[in-house]
Amino acid sequence: MTIPAMLGEPGKPIPGTTLFDGAAARKGYALNAMCYSFNVAANRQAFLDDEDAYCDRFSLTPAQRDAVAKRDVLGMIAAGGNIYYLAKLAGIFGLNVQDVGSMQTGMTVPEFKQMLLDQA
Amino acid sequence: MAEVVGAYFTSHVPSIGGAIARGEQNDPYWKPFFDGFPRVHEWLAEVKPDVAVAFSNDHGLNFFLDKMPTFAVGAADEYTNADEGWGLPLYKAMKGHAALSWHIIEHLVEDEFDPVTCQQMLVDHALSIPFELAWPDAKEWPVRVVPIGINTVQHPLPSARRCLALGRSVHRALRSWRGAERIVIIGTGGLSHQLDGERTGFMNREYDMFCLDNLATDPDALTRDSIHEIVRQAGTQGVEVLNWIAARGALGPGAKEIHRNYHIPISNTAGATLLLEAA
Repeated sequence: MTIPAMLGEPGKPIPGTTLFDGAAARKGYALNAMCYSFNVAANRQAFLDDEDAYCDRFSLTPAQRDAVAKRDVLGMIAAGGNIYYLAKLAGIFGLNVQDVGSMQTGMTVPEFKQMLLDQA
Repeated sequence: MAEVVGAYFTSHVPSIGGAIARGEQNDPYWKPFFDGFPRVHEWLAEVKPDVAVAFSNDHGLNFFLDKMPTFAVGAADEYTNADEGWGLPLYKAMKGHAALSWHIIEHLVEDEFDPVTCQQMLVDHALSIPFELAWPDAKEWPVRVVPIGINTVQHPLPSARRCLALGRSVHRALRSWRGAERIVIIGTGGLSHQLDGERTGFMNREYDMFCLDNLATDPDALTRDSIHEIVRQAGTQGVEVLNWIAARGALGPGAKEIHRNYHIPISNTAGATLLLEAA
């Protein structure tokens, strides 16, 4: 998506954007609850030790489990994930917001960083 | 009578905390952002605040989606930081000012706002990083804090108009407080950025300039846009400008700008720092 295309138009749906509203919050509750648990170091370790068992504990939906297994950030958002909580999952793998940006745009990390710099 | 000495606004991007921890303030990538702070340090040394009323948003440390307050006022004698999950250093605890918190709460409710009151509240990087930036060498923070949280996570968010009105109500509460405190208002977050979706990486200098140019002299101009329109122009996380708008209200009716710094990008964000004084 080019920078001008990102801006969209007043009153129209915002390009490439899912607003985290009540519907998303209901749909994403289990996934976000799991991510919220990652504030605790022992829980991060438990996830790393046995990802499937950890997802079971939080009763993730099939779509959420699939997106987590594939590290598919857009899939997690479509399944109700909120980025403030998903960032804690990304943190387990040592990924920062440029890495997560690259995963969502299909750019390489250097390309994504360049896109940020290009807006200076 | 207590005095509102001015308002300090800054971005609170977590990676600023990483840069501070690694001592990268003079690194070419970070320098343009950190260069905005010597003037902030000078100003704080001049106006010597001993209390901060700080508007920010929680990022999934203190609040989860089980209970998500639109407005929350801390009413504790101490606030601690905790592990947020991605490796930031643990930040110093902050002393609270519970008596002033309750005065503000009384006033807000009398004014028909309905905040959640928090006698226990963890504070996250949104508060700790602006404090680290303001007082980088402090062994303990020179101010006691009244933290006020605004929901910028789960829509529906409060309108910009409502946030400005909240801030104005806080200002009236401060005017009627009989203590001798010197109060700095703090607004944190923004400016434009978006972390999620195909539009991740979006920033918007033009909209940020509109906000910065109007915040002092015509803050109502920032409240004419709906939340949807603010998100379109500022990004899904750029909507944190609501914290700035509320803080501007708390400064009082008139304001003049005394310092501004703006730099794209810090991490995925348009970094901004601003000082306003009452006028």
